Amino acid sequence: MNSFTLITIIIIYLAVLFYIAFFAEKKRQSKWVNNPYVYTLSLAVYCSAWTYYGSVGIAATSGILFLPIYLGPVIAAPLWIIVLRKIIRISKQHKISSIADFISLRYGNNRFLGALVTVVCLFGTLPYISLQLKAVSETFEIMSDETSYVSTSIFDDSTFYVALLLAIFAAFFGTQNTDASEKHKGIVATVAFESVLKLVFFFIIGGYITFYLFDGTTDIYNKISKTENFKELTTLSGLEDGFNWFFMIALSFMSIFLLPRQFQVTVLENNREKHLKKAIWLFPLYLLLFNIFVIFIAWAGKLTFGTTKNAEYYSLLLPLENGNSFLATLVFLGGFSAVISMVVVSTLALSTMVSNNLIIPYGFLDKFIKNQPERNSKYIKNIRRISIFSIIIFAYFFYVSFSKELSLFSIGLISFVIIAQLAPSFFIGLFWNRGSSRAAIIGIIIGFFIASYSLVLPFILQAITGKADFTQYGLFGIEALRPNALFGIDFLSPPAHAFFWSLTFNLMSYLVFSLVSKGNYRERNYAEMFVDSRSFTSLQESAFVWKGEAYVSDIKNVLVRFLGDERATRALKIFFMKYKLPSDTQLGDARLINFSEKLLTGSIGSASAKILIASVVKEEQISLVEVLKILEESKENIVNNKVLLEKSNELSQLSSKLKDANKELISKDKQKDEFLDTVAHELKTPITGIRAATELLMDEEDDMPKEVKAQFLKNILQDSERLGRLIHNILDFEKLETGRLHLDLEYVDIQKTISKAIGSITQIATKKGVKIVVKNLHTFKVNYDEDRILQVLTNLISNSIKFCQQETGKIEIDYKLGNAVVEISVTDNGKGIPEEDHEFIFDKFYQSKHQNTRKPQGSGLGLAITKQIVDKHNGEIWAKKGVKNGATFVFTIPFK
Amino acid sequence: MKKKILIVDDEPNIVMSLEYAFKKQNFEVYIARDGSEALEILKHQTANIVLLDIMMPNVDGYKTLRYIKNTVSLKDTKVVFLTAKNKASDIEKGLKLGADKYLTKPFSVKKLVSEILELLN
Repeated sequence: MNSFTLITIIIIYLAVLFYIAFFAEKKRQSKWVNNPYVYTLSLAVYCSAWTYYGSVGIAATSGILFLPIYLGPVIAAPLWIIVLRKIIRISKQHKISSIADFISLRYGNNRFLGALVTVVCLFGTLPYISLQLKAVSETFEIMSDETSYVSTSIFDDSTFYVALLLAIFAAFFGTQNTDASEKHKGIVATVAFESVLKLVFFFIIGGYITFYLFDGTTDIYNKISKTENFKELTTLSGLEDGFNWFFMIALSFMSIFLLPRQFQVTVLENNREKHLKKAIWLFPLYLLLFNIFVIFIAWAGKLTFGTTKNAEYYSLLLPLENGNSFLATLVFLGGFSAVISMVVVSTLALSTMVSNNLIIPYGFLDKFIKNQPERNSKYIKNIRRISIFSIIIFAYFFYVSFSKELSLFSIGLISFVIIAQLAPSFFIGLFWNRGSSRAAIIGIIIGFFIASYSLVLPFILQAITGKADFTQYGLFGIEALRPNALFGIDFLSPPAHAFFWSLTFNLMSYLVFSLVSKGNYRERNYAEMFVDSRSFTSLQESAFVWKGEAYVSDIKNVLVRFLGDERATRALKIFFMKYKLPSDTQLGDARLINFSEKLLTGSIGSASAKILIASVVKEEQISLVEVLKILEESKENIVNNKVLLEKSNELSQLSSKLKDANKELISKDKQKDEFLDTVAHELKTPITGIRAATELLMDEEDDMPKEVKAQFLKNILQDSERLGRLIHNILDFEKLETGRLHLDLEYVDIQKTISKAIGSITQIATKKGVKIVVKNLHTFKVNYDEDRILQVLTNLISNSIKFCQQETGKIEIDYKLGNAVVEISVTDNGKGIPEEDHEFIFDKFYQSKHQNTRKPQGSGLGLAITKQIVDKHNGEIWAKKGVKNGATFVFTIPFK
Repeated sequence: MKKKILIVDDEPNIVMSLEYAFKKQNFEVYIARDGSEALEILKHQTANIVLLDIMMPNVDGYKTLRYIKNTVSLKDTKVVFLTAKNKASDIEKGLKLGADKYLTKPFSVKKLVSEILELLN
């Protein structure tokens, strides 16, 4: 393919990535950008060019040794839910922006430790980035026709320009915000997109080679198994290989946590903790899919080309060999995607570390103090941008001078071994509060030295001198110091060997020095916060112990330098509100110090934040004992608070119960008032009638006609009767309600009682033209007070008569035996009961309650008395719901 | 001209006594058993005085009073509440709504007649 065509394709592809990143930044809050799938796919930045090309190479030359690099992460994934969640929580709480920040904060904001971690990460990652550039360069060469053309200077090397473009991309989308702990949605979205591409393209080429160029997996296997050395490539030979495998798995296990780019995507770019739940199974699945075809591509390449030279690029060479340049272009783009993701995320992570842990704390702090906020923020961004470009350019030169001769796989492993030096201080520090900063520093330095001696130095010396003397004879010719066989252990592969020794010494130093040298109060304080992060989440600022003199105005001045006046004022306002402090508070305490350091950490790193704040406050030394005492006290406070909270909950429950009781009393009182009110009203009406009529009759001067006189007298009689009834009802009701009524129980035939009730009321019914029928004529004896049940029946029947239409009215009385009860019903075809009244009709004077200004029909006590009587018989009474025409009242009397 | 009185109450016995007493005073007496009947009558008749019970089915005394107060043709009509509700708050409410007098049951017919005559002069 013409290299110009290829360059055009590259540029178009990069434009697409810019567009995606731009789109994602614009829609920061959208579901497309914030979901567990994008998160999981962004974790696949783990699969770099090393995976894409290197795995095939190693599979072809060393067999299944490519696998442990993926088994480690697969084994680590289930642990994420415990370990990573803790890391994510701490990082969010402290606005951490890189792994260097994380480790230095754990050890008391130790500036040197942060710088050391940064240096280790630089050493570990730069070669790795250059490995990616190497892959771009070599695949570009393979893809383009002009194989004879070899670049002579960097200016006509296309890789250099690709590197520059990547730097621009990373600088543009990586430094949108001064606060590095803010999410980089644009970059994450492109990484996720590229993760899909690289997997799909790798799958396509795997399928093409296995099923198109060959006759499926069995075909390849049958053919390869006839070649020489086949057995060695597919099996582990003895215990030595077992150790190699073990160490490789351990190595990749640690890397998935520690590689700066992994820390960036898994921890810093994590939006929601719950996304982890999807990632813990989806990410291993992704890795598994990526490895399905590796071995077949490797074998197919071996069978086709007969040599393992250039084995890393079998996936490109095979389609090219078969004239399929389209597929080759896809493969190239897939690899290119893997490169871009890795380079961009790594550079972003490194540049944050370099600026926050190296450049700012070691050179720019004084300048920042004097500057204005806008200039500071510009400074910080520029430092990061310059770092990004420097890192990529460094990586490019590393590639030009060293890695041209090395395989992708070996550079990748060097990186892993170096980064693994962070493991003891990182992992143990999370769970052991004794780990001290001095121990961490010594451990990392010793481990780094051993790794450099046993793994990096031989490579460099060999590249420079072209001889392997150092490797063969050791330092000064001492056999025990041979870099690949320290102290005689010569059966491990160089990376496994370096890993074993460096980590052993690193770990031992860390443990020993932690036990020997106690950390100062500050690091012990942070240690407690990290180790006990769960219970301290609730404490937040107060888990930080600090003593001294701090003026709010001084601290505010520092904050203003970085956040600007508006944001600093707002942040402090929120702080004062949160702790219910007056807004004119003058002296700050530990909480304010911690809060301010956190605010600054995102922009300038935790170490610098500490230095800056320390420069404006007067800090007193506290003894470790005191720190621990205070922490213990705050823990106790939490427990006490919990107890107090429970107590206060109990109290508030009690008080609400009391309130309810009081309410009930009040409502009972009110009911009583209402009852008396209504009684008075009911009594007044007939009395008014009587009084008016009497007065008129008494007027001696009046010549009242005889019939009028008679009518008035009749009225008086009626009203008196009404009064008498009412008083009787009230007394009855009162007796029933206070339980002073005793039933006179006897076995009576219910049918007879019903007849009696009808008999007493027939007159009124006939007068209104209402028919009363009894449906059931069976006799049945039940134990009840006949007088009272008669009262119930007459009440119900006369109620029905009242609501029935003249002449067309009809009342049906029925009774039947239910489960140990006799059920008596009175049904009419009157105007019925409104649905909403059903639950109130048995209340005394219920009309007065729900139709306040309407006049009750009757005394309003009839149904209430009825219910009392039925209750007294242990029966139930209700009005049937959903009756269409008229009403049905039902009551039961139990029997044994 | 005969004075017109509208008695609004749903107690027939009370109404009967009042009707007799006012007819004897030469009033033209109209009777309504509830608010809605009263409104119907007031649409066609202007009354000099309305005796209003408060607790009545359908349209109650308050609503009837409001109608009278809002009707131009009835602006000279006096309204007397005649009710069993005798709490201070009830009386206050009735007078606030614009009733000219508030009498509580049971009342003396003689006293009622003389007070109404006084009100009309």
